[in-house]
Amino acid sequence: MRIVFKTSYDADIRLFKHNAQAFWYLLLFAFAILLPFLVSDFLIGEATLVLIWAICGMGLMLLVGQTGQASLGHAAFMAVGAYSNVIYQLNFNMPFLLSFPLAGLTAGVAGALVALPTTRLHGIYLAIATLAISVLTEDIIIILEPITGGIAGIFAPDIEIFGYTFNRYGNPVELYWLVLAITFIVIYAYRNILRSPTGRAFAAVRDSEVSAKAMGVNVARTKMVAFAISCTITGLGGALMGHFATVFTNETFNLIISITLLLIIVVGGLGTIHGAFFGSIVFVMLPLMISLTRDAVGSLTGSGSITIPGLESGIFGAILIGFILFEPMGLYGRWLKIRTYFELFPFYRKDMFRRQKSYLKTERTR
Amino acid sequence: MDILQLIVSGLANGCVYGLIALGFVLIYKATESVNFAQGDFMMLGAFITLGFTNADYMGLPFWLSCAMAIAIMGVLGYLLDLVVLRRMFGQSQVAVVILTIALGFVIRFVAGAIWGHEPQSLESPIAGVELRFGGLALGMDEIWVIIVTVLLTILLYFFFARTKLGVAMQASSQNQLAAYYMGIPVKRIHSMIWALSGIVATIAGILFASKGSIDPTAGLLGIKAFAAAVIGGFGSLPGALLGGLIVGLVEPFAARYMPAGYSQIFPYLILIIMLIVRPHGILSQIQTKKV
Repeated sequence: MRIVFKTSYDADIRLFKHNAQAFWYLLLFAFAILLPFLVSDFLIGEATLVLIWAICGMGLMLLVGQTGQASLGHAAFMAVGAYSNVIYQLNFNMPFLLSFPLAGLTAGVAGALVALPTTRLHGIYLAIATLAISVLTEDIIIILEPITGGIAGIFAPDIEIFGYTFNRYGNPVELYWLVLAITFIVIYAYRNILRSPTGRAFAAVRDSEVSAKAMGVNVARTKMVAFAISCTITGLGGALMGHFATVFTNETFNLIISITLLLIIVVGGLGTIHGAFFGSIVFVMLPLMISLTRDAVGSLTGSGSITIPGLESGIFGAILIGFILFEPMGLYGRWLKIRTYFELFPFYRKDMFRRQKSYLKTERTR
Repeated sequence: MDILQLIVSGLANGCVYGLIALGFVLIYKATESVNFAQGDFMMLGAFITLGFTNADYMGLPFWLSCAMAIAIMGVLGYLLDLVVLRRMFGQSQVAVVILTIALGFVIRFVAGAIWGHEPQSLESPIAGVELRFGGLALGMDEIWVIIVTVLLTILLYFFFARTKLGVAMQASSQNQLAAYYMGIPVKRIHSMIWALSGIVATIAGILFASKGSIDPTAGLLGIKAFAAAVIGGFGSLPGALLGGLIVGLVEPFAARYMPAGYSQIFPYLILIIMLIVRPHGILSQIQTKKV
């Protein structure tokens, strides 16, 4: 076990705890860059999808994991990002380099507008409000048919940067690198936000609103800022998703996607960047696994491949239940536990990661 | 006459929303958490009844299968709490919310796997019979829905207000620790309330399936029932019915007098406005703490 000897206050907020950690992350980044030389184009497409989901997941993670505000409607902000990005490109002739950040900004402003009235709510009321917003967005897209294309959908053009085009089918590897670069920027921004006073205010609000208030944190403002940043990141992910899907309609970003985002961060591990990545890997790999298992079972029983409609979402639900019951800290939490076990070798105890339970009191009495 | 017709069908729809909302409120009242799978409970209850009654499946007499479905869903609700939700005891509300959403997914999958994804209708004696008063055509199913809902609401209201068990349920949500001190078996109370909400959901499902057809996605109706519960005030049983009626009445009128596309957003619009203006509902239960 490595013990970091801190000699200054800055040591507490350094990007990497120690040099070995920095080395491993750089190695991982180098591996991600070199991945296209190792695997097939199909898997690169899947890897791109993992990165895009991870960006969207990081957006929700900032809100749920860092600030402790539940949102069941983040697909709505993915939709805002995706639609505004394409509309800026088609209707205003903006280049991707301009429309993409603007799309994120639009989603952020939308998030802040939503947050204005809803930050007064908490717990389940906030969950219900965001759920309603997710449902409303689908209908609003249909109502705004002249610019959104309504049920017929909208066609996302190829990404073009300085005359160089990126297309999912034409040059998947270049698209992968582009998404990787954006992912890197988002991770860097995310880490920096967490190190800043704003990020620590988020954690304070998550852990106890009362004590946050007592420490001079403006709770309402902090929640609104969290909503805005979270929606910006999710909007950027949504814009990329729009380009990746090439065509999207009002149903592309439905309630199921909101729940999926939640699944990604819960399965991955709440409150960590790693969690968003682990979760999206599970989410993207699962359909592949299911179809592989189905083929295997089919060839074993000799009945050909069986298709059960709705199997995927059923399995997603079951996995989510399993994680919440047995591993609330997610995959990353499980990894932390295993690592701690070996680091502390004979001294690891069962309840080291135990969470405090509390007796419930009603919210209805103020 | 036309408007009267709209009002009656709106009231009947509203009663179904109200019944699902009653399920939310029951669980909220006793455990302070929300069952996001309540709509799917309703769907499952309806499908179990349908599986017993319809000639395609078992063809049992309607009333017998109703009683059996209610019993099964009651036991299922109790077991669900015993096996799954009791592990969440003492953890945050949001975790329970995510858990119940996932539960809804699983229930939808199971129902789809057993009964298929095609819409089916329940062969019940109250479906398709019409009563005429002058120019007004009233469906037997609509009258039944309204009567059963009102009776059930009154019954549950007195159950919570007057019986020992009902008061114990309220106590266990208001202050768990104090409830324990008073000798209330809080965990068993929670399981009982889940059984009760399973029963209410089944009744809602039977009435809903008699009014029209049902398929595994019918549980998404639960979102409208949220609107009902929030409008009426989470934690108030008459409020749930009131909210359900408001949503039910707004819908047909919006569909008639608004351009297409705008009408279906009304329940959610009311929900959001309600959350902004008066988050605790019309019949709110908020009491200011006296210091």
